[in-house]
Amino acid sequence: MRTGRKVTPYLYILPALIIVICFRTIPILASFTASFADYDIGGFHGFVGFANYERMFTDARFWNSVSNTVFFVLGVVPAGIAIPLGLAMLLRGELRGKAIYRTIYFLPVVTSAVAVSVVWTWLFKPEAGPINGVITALGGDPLMWLREPRGIFEMMLSPLGIHPTGIFAGPSLALVSLMIVSVWKSIGYNTVLFLAGLENIPNTYYEAAKLDGAGKWGTFRHVTWPLLSPTTFYVLIMSTIASFQTFALVYVMTPPPGGGPLGTTNVIVFYLFQKAFDRFDIGYASAISVFLFVVLLALTIIQRRVGERRVHYS
Amino acid sequence: MKSGKILKQVLLLAGGVIMLMPFLWMISTSLEQGGLQNYVEAWTRVPFGTYFLNTLLVTSLTLIGVLITSSLAAYSFGTMEYPGRDKLFLLFLSTMMVPQPVYLAPSYVLLAKLGWVDTYLALIVPWTTNVFSIFLLRQHFMTLPKSLYEAARLDGCSRFGYLWRVALPLSKSVIATIMLFNVIGSWNSFMWPLVVTHSEKLRVLQVGLSYFNQEQSSNYQLLMAASTFSILPLLILFLFAQKHLVASYSRSGLKD
Repeated sequence: MRTGRKVTPYLYILPALIIVICFRTIPILASFTASFADYDIGGFHGFVGFANYERMFTDARFWNSVSNTVFFVLGVVPAGIAIPLGLAMLLRGELRGKAIYRTIYFLPVVTSAVAVSVVWTWLFKPEAGPINGVITALGGDPLMWLREPRGIFEMMLSPLGIHPTGIFAGPSLALVSLMIVSVWKSIGYNTVLFLAGLENIPNTYYEAAKLDGAGKWGTFRHVTWPLLSPTTFYVLIMSTIASFQTFALVYVMTPPPGGGPLGTTNVIVFYLFQKAFDRFDIGYASAISVFLFVVLLALTIIQRRVGERRVHYS
Repeated sequence: MKSGKILKQVLLLAGGVIMLMPFLWMISTSLEQGGLQNYVEAWTRVPFGTYFLNTLLVTSLTLIGVLITSSLAAYSFGTMEYPGRDKLFLLFLSTMMVPQPVYLAPSYVLLAKLGWVDTYLALIVPWTTNVFSIFLLRQHFMTLPKSLYEAARLDGCSRFGYLWRVALPLSKSVIATIMLFNVIGSWNSFMWPLVVTHSEKLRVLQVGLSYFNQEQSSNYQLLMAASTFSILPLLILFLFAQKHLVASYSRSGLKD
């Protein structure tokens, strides 16, 4: 009976432990192992050292997926902070219709990425889509949206006779279209986080600012912004990590095999998916997985470090 | 002051219209030409009924699994003392740091070795536990006073009886949060079912909708009808549970 008592706590965690070990820990470790192996549709062919990594660092299509991902993150994250912060400032305090606004803004968050993508694909349709319908009604020229491989800087500057190429051409309009959807989908979630952050700022700070004669902008600049920095930093890191993993939007809106017009929406996770499940190149796909993991881990560590040191906590 | 309030409302209203617009366009397009007949047409052109049942089955069975395994594990981690407990908990937490795409390929190989590819087992079993749910429930169990446990034991309550009759009934709010997160997560999950199933009879809603989108890419009315009815169940859930859900999201600060 005594030994029975001793194993009881372990018995309680056993069901969860079995699942975690079999379907998380083992595959995670296998991912690292496979990144050093030649593993394809025919199975395991032995270890190959850093060959998969060497291949990765010289693979132009891999670097294309990295730059697409970086463009995506650089577009989505700032917009995903600025818009929700503005909305949270508007929604703060007593307000008529607050609950209704919150419902509306939050709606895209609970809607599946696939359904959202199907709907936006139709909105962006170059021929008959509603967005081009609005643009032409206002006298503008219709755009190709999800089918446009040209970079947006190139599109904007070419009428002036300037033709930037490569990275300077900017993300394709197709990728920018995906960014718009991604921002739209995450606005509600980030707004809720900012609202919670704003509620945590003690009212006394605002009263003090008022006594000092601070204006609206001054109050925001010297009270709200610094005291909100933990939330802002959290949103920044979390949306960066989430944007790095975008998959469903790319898969549904710019469907395989392409990854968008001329591969301009092919992001890291999509490329990894293609290597693993179209080619069954598990070894190489694992090397890409490890790369992704290292990037995301670095971001998490930065969050911990900077978060604790630099960010102002009230 | 007054004009400031009006400006606020105008801005929020404009933003709200932009946020709602895709949904309004979706519904109005779904009713073009055929009207409600489009819904019948979309529903019967591919077996959406099967997709719904599969999604419902996967969502409910994973939820039951998560509730059982999480309550047991959280109870052990949060209220019992034993050697290795913190290390085991850290092992659990460490898996949360690794996003799903990172171990997707080896998971597939593992399922293939088990002979589970293209089975319900592959859709359900790996998701019958959820570390974040364990974490939330553990945090809550740790706040329950020890005296409560001792009193219950004196009254002849067994260890499991305390969990079942005392601790869980006191955790209704956390359990509701766990249920909402997991239902939304499994209902919307796409990458995993896309990879681990191939046959149509095992297809879940999200995968079915994405194939339907590829097959009917020019049939907007049917596509919008299908999008509408695949969004509807979660939409209804959201409208009923939104207060709790939004509060849970803002407290836990975690997205699916």
